[in-house]
Amino acid sequence: MLALSRWKIVLVLVSALFGLVFTLPNLVPAGALPAWAPQQRLHLGLDLQGGSFLLLEVDTTALRKERLTNLTEDVRTKLQAEQMDFGGLGVSGDTIDVRISDPTRVDAALKLLNNSLGERLLTGGRDVTVETKPDQHIRVSFVSQAANAASADAVTRSIEIIRKRIDALGTKEPMITQQGANRIVVQAPGESDPEKLKSVIGKTAKLTFEMVDGDVSAEDVAAGRIPPDDLLLPSDDGFAPTYVVKKRSVVTGEMLTSASGSHDENNAAAVAFSFNAVGTQRFGQVTAQNIGKPFAIVLDGRVISAPRINSAITGGSGIITGRFTEESAHDLALLLKTGALPAPLNVVQQNTVGAELGADAVKAGTISIVIGSALIFAFIILSYGLFGVFAAIALVVNMLMIVGAMSLTQATLTLPGIAGIVLTLAVAVDANVLIYERMRDEVRAGRPAMSAADAGFSRALTTIIDANVTTLVAAVIMFQFGSGPVKGFALTLFIGVITSVFTAVLITQVLIGWWFRAFRAKALPII
Amino acid sequence: MWPLIKLIPQKTHFGFVAFARLAATLSIVAVLATVVGFFYPGLNLGIEFKGGTVLELNTGTKPVDLGKVREVLNGLKLGDVQVQTFGKPNDALVRFQTPAGANSGQVVTQVKGAVTQALGQVTFSRTDVVGPEVSDELKIKGVGALLAAIGLMLLYIWFRFELQFGLGAVVALFHDVTLSFGLILLLRLEFSLNLVAALLTIIGYSMNDTVVVFDRLRENRRKYKRMPLRELIDLSVNETLSRTVITGLTALLALSGLAVFGGESLRPLSIVLLFGIVIGTYSSIYVASPIILLWGVKADDEPAKPIAPQPARP
Repeated sequence: MLALSRWKIVLVLVSALFGLVFTLPNLVPAGALPAWAPQQRLHLGLDLQGGSFLLLEVDTTALRKERLTNLTEDVRTKLQAEQMDFGGLGVSGDTIDVRISDPTRVDAALKLLNNSLGERLLTGGRDVTVETKPDQHIRVSFVSQAANAASADAVTRSIEIIRKRIDALGTKEPMITQQGANRIVVQAPGESDPEKLKSVIGKTAKLTFEMVDGDVSAEDVAAGRIPPDDLLLPSDDGFAPTYVVKKRSVVTGEMLTSASGSHDENNAAAVAFSFNAVGTQRFGQVTAQNIGKPFAIVLDGRVISAPRINSAITGGSGIITGRFTEESAHDLALLLKTGALPAPLNVVQQNTVGAELGADAVKAGTISIVIGSALIFAFIILSYGLFGVFAAIALVVNMLMIVGAMSLTQATLTLPGIAGIVLTLAVAVDANVLIYERMRDEVRAGRPAMSAADAGFSRALTTIIDANVTTLVAAVIMFQFGSGPVKGFALTLFIGVITSVFTAVLITQVLIGWWFRAFRAKALPII
Repeated sequence: MWPLIKLIPQKTHFGFVAFARLAATLSIVAVLATVVGFFYPGLNLGIEFKGGTVLELNTGTKPVDLGKVREVLNGLKLGDVQVQTFGKPNDALVRFQTPAGANSGQVVTQVKGAVTQALGQVTFSRTDVVGPEVSDELKIKGVGALLAAIGLMLLYIWFRFELQFGLGAVVALFHDVTLSFGLILLLRLEFSLNLVAALLTIIGYSMNDTVVVFDRLRENRRKYKRMPLRELIDLSVNETLSRTVITGLTALLALSGLAVFGGESLRPLSIVLLFGIVIGTYSSIYVASPIILLWGVKADDEPAKPIAPQPARP
């Protein structure tokens, strides 16, 4: 094995060169290298560079509930339009139940609902099933396939909207990815305020304009007498604690074409908006019919203001006043512009590290790597003399290869990943120790130096591979299991084990082979 | 004198197996103590596994008024509030549980607002929030990962050696993982994802060490067919002793650098790893090998001594 074949020397030189070239960008200031050289530095995890990790869950239960509520209103209007009397309309579990009063019209109602409810599916048929039940009942439900598709679609649309919102905030290089069926990971590096990020991402921002039902008195509200097509909403406008509004929205946020921070006539912060053609027409019509009556501007189920209509608004634009600050008006405009989330988002995990703390971690990590390697070098050279120097050289190349490989592939280096590197150094030395100890065994067994050294390499190899496969297995499992930082630990361990076997076996082999040839050595320095 | 390896005798003849009984007793006592420790006082679970929030805050030049922070948090009716200084007097660590049914994301925003109002100038250098949905998953995944790692090691050793070797190795792994938990319990370390990573690494390292001894054992068994298993084990452990010592010391040196200079957040990880290196080395000699000895006796269905000394041939 010690015979120095040309390919071995080439391989060693190439790998050392590879490590050096790809590690270099990390050691010199940015821009110092010529344009043709690799420029990529280590990609630091959020725990090292500072930033926020958010795991969001799309609330598909709320989505399903909302779809059922809308479908219920559809059933009501369809039946009312055909003047069919009905009772007991409501949602029970995942289905909608209604009783048709006239037994002779049940079939007609079934036909009507069957043909008009829901949307057509690509596979044919509609996305709702309508069926009769005993005692003049009709049951309406969503096809399960359609419900799942709606959830999946909600997740995809949420990701798009989150991306738009984060871009509007000016966050640098955000990463937004889907995880599992209904989760979204947002990684935003930098010093951005995590609370602001959360409030911007997590707000559903569902805006509707609804007519206030002036026929319902305060006593009715107190007694809980809310008409079935009305809704009691809490209010933030500072005038009334609640408003009773019509369930049917006049216009919705989807009809907005633009929104921006603005001011009202008293120079208080407000949000200016304009509608598209449909919205303009609808809003114009309704305001013309309801002059003198109040309407409510509702955001995520809370009334933000309830102005009185003084004249028909036909221009398709206006301002929303409310209890805004400059900042909150600006934020609301941003949210309205990017559109509403299809379903509420819950933050189920958050990890935020300040940039300063991250920098401290990098400093501490670097110091411990330097001290750890210095201790290893000192110990291995003290233990094995010249051969220890060879092992130390292999270790340096190993370090270069790990950092080079991680810079090249842009694998994320995390704080535990730094611990992984330190551990890798120790494991790398182990391969050399195994080889050297094997050489000593062989000398003891009576072999001459050269052949003992040779046997040391070949015989230790199976042990080295057996021993390192176990660490690889542990690293792979860790990678599967872990989140962010732990994945980083697993990754550096994995890369490190592979490069360390390579450098410890091959580089020391070439160095020892060269040493034998150059000095015509007759004895090993480790006996 | 230099290099130092010359100081290590070429051949050692320590009777490791002779102490196996004593070591087994010690190990069993330590394992039992750990099992008791699991129930009382129990693991100090980090928020990754029980859900909740940890905030690290800094008040600039003046020290943190811990009492005031506590007062504010108690007013918010959160579960299990802990407030303590962290490293320096102007750094504090705040932990709390999100009340059932509340949105953990919103609660954090609320808490930060309240603390800022009470203390004035505050920067939050770290915010970690884990919702109950996530912590339950992580718990299952963590236990799954540890078991999967041990199972795969068993398969690998079975495949590369023999079943009784695999069993010896796996008992050693359980021993190492259990005692590492023992250390975590003893030092009241917070059991976090990082420590799961540490345990997985210990499994890898302990296995690595065991494999080296087993490798030599297998080789010696072919070489000295008539040597009793007991002596074979002693021989193999002695032959690999210098490697065990040097590799172990290297790992300890490297990791102690990490433990001292790596900062607060890596300290628990490095302490557990340091302990794991020591215990992994011990278990290769005193757990994995003796198990083979026990198993070997039973498998061959022989009396007291595994292989009777052969009478000299005439």
